[in-house]
Amino acid sequence: MKKWTPASALAAAAFTACSLLAAGATAQTVKVGVVLPYTGVGAEFGQQADRGMQMFMKLNPKAFDPYKIEIIKRDSKSPSGADAKIAVQELVAQEKVDILTGFTYSPDAIASAALFTEAKKPAVIMNAGTAWITNLSPMISRVSFSMWHAGYALGEAAVKIVKAKTAVIGYTDFPPGKDSLDAFKRGFEANGGKVIDEIPMGGAGQVPDFTPFFQRAKDKKPDVFFVFVPAGDHALGVLKTYGALGMRAAGIKLIGPGDITQDIKLQAMGDNAVGLITIHHYNADLDNPANKRLVAAWKKEYGPNSTPDFMGVQAYDGMAAIAHVVTTLKGKIDPDAAINALRGWKYDSPRGPISIDPRTRDIVMNEYLSELVKKDGRLVQKNIGVITAVKDMCKELAEGRCKQ
Amino acid sequence: MNAPMELARRHRLQWWEALPWIAALACFFAFPNYLAFGTQVLVTILFALSLDLVLGYAGIVTLGHAAFFGAGAYTVGMMAMHWGWNEPLSGLLAAALVAGAIGLASGLVLLRTQGLALLMLTLCTMALLEQAANMGAEWTGGFDGMPGLSFGKIFGLFGFDVLYYKSQYLYALATLLICFLAVRTLVYSSFGQSLTGIRENLLRMHAVGAPVRARQVIAYTISAALAGVAGALFAQANGYVNLAVLGLERSAGVLIVLILGGYGRLYGAFVGAIAYMLLEHLLAKAYPTAWQLGLGVTLIVVALFARNGVIGMFDALRRRFGGTRT
Repeated sequence: MKKWTPASALAAAAFTACSLLAAGATAQTVKVGVVLPYTGVGAEFGQQADRGMQMFMKLNPKAFDPYKIEIIKRDSKSPSGADAKIAVQELVAQEKVDILTGFTYSPDAIASAALFTEAKKPAVIMNAGTAWITNLSPMISRVSFSMWHAGYALGEAAVKIVKAKTAVIGYTDFPPGKDSLDAFKRGFEANGGKVIDEIPMGGAGQVPDFTPFFQRAKDKKPDVFFVFVPAGDHALGVLKTYGALGMRAAGIKLIGPGDITQDIKLQAMGDNAVGLITIHHYNADLDNPANKRLVAAWKKEYGPNSTPDFMGVQAYDGMAAIAHVVTTLKGKIDPDAAINALRGWKYDSPRGPISIDPRTRDIVMNEYLSELVKKDGRLVQKNIGVITAVKDMCKELAEGRCKQ
Repeated sequence: MNAPMELARRHRLQWWEALPWIAALACFFAFPNYLAFGTQVLVTILFALSLDLVLGYAGIVTLGHAAFFGAGAYTVGMMAMHWGWNEPLSGLLAAALVAGAIGLASGLVLLRTQGLALLMLTLCTMALLEQAANMGAEWTGGFDGMPGLSFGKIFGLFGFDVLYYKSQYLYALATLLICFLAVRTLVYSSFGQSLTGIRENLLRMHAVGAPVRARQVIAYTISAALAGVAGALFAQANGYVNLAVLGLERSAGVLIVLILGGYGRLYGAFVGAIAYMLLEHLLAKAYPTAWQLGLGVTLIVVALFARNGVIGMFDALRRRFGGTRT
């Protein structure tokens, strides 16, 4: 027997009113909850993703027809996971959203994973790159990347396209650095290359003096020097040291994953960066019709000096995935059907053809090898090769925590 | 009324002290969809209360209190992850012991210093623990943390509610009540009075022969244990632990909460946590990109016009208009 108290009567009345309102709203529209860092250190990323989503709506105004969507934004604040989880909980409990998306930082997605499963809400991850995130909940699908996509593909490209036989690896000693090191090594050695030295180059907290590490690499005389450092000041330090030690003249090519040549930071890198070879799933200089259309519209909307980067394009594709789910399910979001609709979904993205792996619910996409060149006084990424249909090799090879 | 009588009466429970708890219970029924947020508020209150004991009563200035919050969180997290030990109440106890031990060990060294040196050393202790948790990825999960922790039923009866946080809310509320009663008893005891004495006049307490250092270390240890309980509650309620439990942001945040509410007055932690978190939460919901502006302006106003926090402001108003004190 339940005791009848004024408090519970009030709560019941409020609850009924709320659910009536909610039922009225969901009859016509699909509610999408967006969790992004709109403030704090990640605000720049949040803005890119937000713009990417807006550009999708602008360039594809009929994508959701005849259904309507309502976007509800929440700030994930600091990258701790705690605030993102509360945001997800409230989007589910209070706003009754049908689909969740966003998630820039891995801890945000990791902390919220149990909620996706419990609430049975499909979640489309727009960035968070820790490889095993998709294993945490059957409701998760990812349209961004894992650290292994670029790392493994670069290992393959270093052998096949750069024609390298030996490599030295220098990495910043923190989790993404170690992931990237493992991925590159597996990809490089699986294709017949040989890693002759691995050099830890300090932590992510502050930029070290790279000279001793680079001298050690130079003395080993590898064909390529693979460097993984956090984007920003670390990357600038790497380029400066590489130039100062004359490693290019010694015939050692500098290669790395593409987040150190993020489009919005590119022009700040200076002439030292010319010749740097990176691999990534997107750069703004990609030559395909979808990308040309996006870049032109982007510059028109946000100014000639702005540019989409991989975060913007991932969010663009995230909205495309959600549009696919909404139209396939005819506006009625059943969670299992939604995830099944995403399995094997194919799309012509500004980053080229992409699809969702039916088995892992993670993205399959091209990785573009590009060299930085100077053109008309600006640094541009000249695409010199492509590795097509790259899967997350961490899950394919069942490495470490990627085991199911 | 003479002074000794007033002192004796002061620590008796007053009728209005039941009100916050009744209100908290009422929230459970009135806002079933807000309990996840409510649980975070309760955890923050407990954390701020533990800080109040050292900062507000003993006058020990610290910027590293998250060290103990994190130690508690990692204790229950690692026990559940590596040993499968997921009974929640014993987890809280273990967290209190581990955090208390770290508090005792670091307190013995740190409390030889004062002022800025002490501030820096508490900060360093926390940074050391944070770096240890980052580097010991095998054990702690490193940067990505330990996700998907599951804990057993409370008293073997009430399972954790992943989606609506119903049981977590009541569990946190009950834990907070017990810890609050303990802190209340402590600060009104003669031990608590001597802490206030140390805060007010260190030299005189030395001069009257009080064991100043020992009392500071004991207060620091008890406070660390309470912070550990708060951290353990956080980890159990949310089912994950990552490096953010040990960060400067958490230490600084709880300091703001306590100063906003009013330190050295028991209920400051409650008022501060509720005011700060509710304001932040509602603003962030309404303006996801610009909420920090509203929060910042409010904090400046409070800092300018209510130096002793929100409770201090009410005290001042009561003195001006109420006249008599009971």
